[in-house]
Amino acid sequence: MALNRRDFLKLMGGTAAVFGFSGVLLQGCKKAIKEAAERTPVIWLQAQSCSGCSVSLLNTIEPDIATLITEHISLNYHQTLMGGTGEVAIRVLDEAVKKQRKDFVLVVEGSIPTGSEEYCTIGMLNGRHVSALEWIRELGKNAKAILAFGTCSAYGGIPAAADRRTGLNPTGAKSLSEILPNATIINVPGCPPHPDWMIGTILHYVLKGIPELDEYNRPKLYFGKTVHEQCEHLSDYKRGRFAKHWGEKGCLYLLGCLGMDSGCDIPNRKWLGGVNSCTGCGSGCIGCTESVFPDYGKRGLYKHLMASLDEINALEEPQIRAAVLNLRNGGSING
Amino acid sequence: MAKIYLDPITRIEGHLSIEIDVQNGKVVDAKNKGDMFRGFEKILLGRNPVDATQIVQRICGVCPVSHGIASSKCQDAAFGIKANKNGRLLRNLVLGANYLQSHILHFYHLCALDFVDITAILNYKGSDSGLKAVQAWAKDELALKKGRIDQISAVSPFLPRYEAKDAYIADADLNIAAIAHYLQALDIRMKAHKMVTVFGGRVPHLMGIVPGGLTHVPTRANIREYKKYLGEVEKFVNDVYIKDVVAVARAYSDYFKLGRYENLLSFGAFESDDSGSAFMFQQGMLSGGNVAKLDTALIREQVRYARYKSASDLHPLKGQTEPDPHKGGAYTWLKAPRYDGKPMEVGPLPRIAISYLSGNMAVKKEVDAVLKEFDADISAVFSVLGRHAARAIEAKLLCTQIREWLDELEVGGSPRSTYDIPEKGEGEGLVEAPRGALGHWIVIEDKKIANYQCVVPTTWFCSPRDDRGNIGPVEQALIGTPIADPANPIEAARVVRSFDPCIACAVHVVEGDRDISQFRVC
Ligand code: SF4
Ligand code: SF4
Repeated sequence: MALNRRDFLKLMGGTAAVFGFSGVLLQGCKKAIKEAAERTPVIWLQAQSCSGCSVSLLNTIEPDIATLITEHISLNYHQTLMGGTGEVAIRVLDEAVKKQRKDFVLVVEGSIPTGSEEYCTIGMLNGRHVSALEWIRELGKNAKAILAFGTCSAYGGIPAAADRRTGLNPTGAKSLSEILPNATIINVPGCPPHPDWMIGTILHYVLKGIPELDEYNRPKLYFGKTVHEQCEHLSDYKRGRFAKHWGEKGCLYLLGCLGMDSGCDIPNRKWLGGVNSCTGCGSGCIGCTESVFPDYGKRGLYKHLMASLDEINALEEPQIRAAVLNLRNGGSING
Repeated sequence: MAKIYLDPITRIEGHLSIEIDVQNGKVVDAKNKGDMFRGFEKILLGRNPVDATQIVQRICGVCPVSHGIASSKCQDAAFGIKANKNGRLLRNLVLGANYLQSHILHFYHLCALDFVDITAILNYKGSDSGLKAVQAWAKDELALKKGRIDQISAVSPFLPRYEAKDAYIADADLNIAAIAHYLQALDIRMKAHKMVTVFGGRVPHLMGIVPGGLTHVPTRANIREYKKYLGEVEKFVNDVYIKDVVAVARAYSDYFKLGRYENLLSFGAFESDDSGSAFMFQQGMLSGGNVAKLDTALIREQVRYARYKSASDLHPLKGQTEPDPHKGGAYTWLKAPRYDGKPMEVGPLPRIAISYLSGNMAVKKEVDAVLKEFDADISAVFSVLGRHAARAIEAKLLCTQIREWLDELEVGGSPRSTYDIPEKGEGEGLVEAPRGALGHWIVIEDKKIANYQCVVPTTWFCSPRDDRGNIGPVEQALIGTPIADPANPIEAARVVRSFDPCIACAVHVVEGDRDISQFRVC
């Protein structure tokens, strides 16, 4: 039941080189993989989430999700998948805290409300509803690694966005690193994250330790390049061929594509094993892997972040230049 | 009277718990509790309306498609446009594909572990390599973790579980087949998600949903790819899913009598022409055995037992919501939506029952075939097993219908109609999510969102008591359920899960505090 080489390479999307493993090293790792990777216990908590990260995890292609949870990790707690209900389920968490288990990886999906503990509770102990905040603080003390899956957990995401009339967030939703300021937290953002990013990061941790992270604590191997650099429409962009309506051919910049500002490898990796991508389906990138998602200051999802003047001046057609400048100044193209 | 708490209800989307009172082995009272609040609609205020289709999809990772489409439809209405033909068909194709994934996920991965004995795998004697691998894994886990600190979670996520006597199917072959199908269904539901992705760019949270339709221009290659996955899904639905539902129904026939509810509401699913008023599954309201015409002006939300300090009994367009986490007497973050004063069940059962009683021949044929297996009439449908059967029947009918929509697509044609955002406007967007009637309401001022409200399926069926004390559908359906072992109340869990609650959707309903009564109710 070891993680075999074929699975492993596939898991990484055939990019073992990017990942930093040689074949020889992999053979050498085999024993370690067998002992460690196949049974890494995972406690996966959902706070203010939509379960989208979990649903995305189910779309794991290679190895498939059944292989993942029987061979590579031991999914001890996951509210959407586990057999146990109520007290039977909560006992798994309670024992982990009480017995100070130190063998598990803690995954948190969703932001964590701080305005009131009642904004998100998970289970009951001794007649008391226990908040997500309390579970995370307790489990966070002993977890051997802590992973924030999804933009909500990594940076707050949509549940932490502002009510624009007051500038305040309704529930005091926070990211995981704000709740556990002293822990090292690996962020795997995305709304949702690609399953390869989630599984690849867990396995990297198990096999080689914490992957190289960027300034937002994201693994560089997935988030190190921008969408724009890898985009299907890059040649259109370079030639100044811009779509002015959704559904038109061309680069989607004028429709508000945020690919230049987003670290993410989706145009290469694609969703669901190569079926389609965000830029590929003609809608553009909404920058869901970024810490500023979805507020971008006061801009919207379909408006631009600041493109540099150099970039704009490099656009040949005057008409396009004018449109981009208009967008920069707060205008938008919505049709 | 023994109070029993099921907290959390796992294998549903989101944070739900229930409290039941059991007397003489039966549930005599029940309370549903939505345990999370995020405040989505407040977050939407002041933004560009077009952003809403993306933001609201994050209400729920299981049915983002339904929220995206409801949002684009309420914007269509506010912008004064209609989806063009491709736009309507593409919406049906992504929504239909997500129904397939959602129904399969619900039956196999969310509900099956309440019926199937997963430990039967330990005695498996056959030669299927996939099953043998699972067996070896389970044996290994039990041996390896014996006496260890993590023993409690050996064979996770399947164990531990409720262990009541005779709780699970006894027949070894049936269990083994079900476990094999559980695994197969993981792959099939992913194929259904590939169908969504062909036109939606990705899933969950589709990229391409916009007012007027989608952004992706359909190609021949897309249609071929979609059809390829559809073929696999359809085969599974017809050869496996329908039969497994019948097998569970045979093993648990008392669940035709349990979890009953008979006030049903459907907004009508899958527009079948460009007028927007003809549907594959009919719209209407069923109460007292009669189907009445839908009138959304009759919808109100009540908050006496919900954790909000704002006024009650308001139409969604006039709703206000200020959270009050410690409000006395309140026990949930879910409001109580009422239609003409009545609590309503929404979902596949209402869609199928209302279509059946409205003379939908395709639905009638499939339903009658299933009922014949059990020598039952249509009244058997209003039950736990009726809900499971309705989902399977819907999946089967959709597989056939989807092919026709694919054939109608104009290859290379515009996937949407265009629009300008008006200074002012308002609109209603109705859709049927896999788990039931979903409505979005928008008000636009100065080209920005001045108000936004969603009333979602789970607030309908998991609603708490209303202002007059009338209890919600799931609460009502739980009453009378026998509980053999109060420490392992699996029967109650079966009733709740049959509704397919989606709590992330349900507990976010927040309104601005502005008075918006000058706006027309749609
Ligand atoms: S579509 Fe977006 S990411 Fe692609 S080339 Fe244009 S601007 Fe860059
Ligand atoms: S391409 Fe953009 S929208 Fe798509 S996943 Fe990457 S960051 Fe998110």
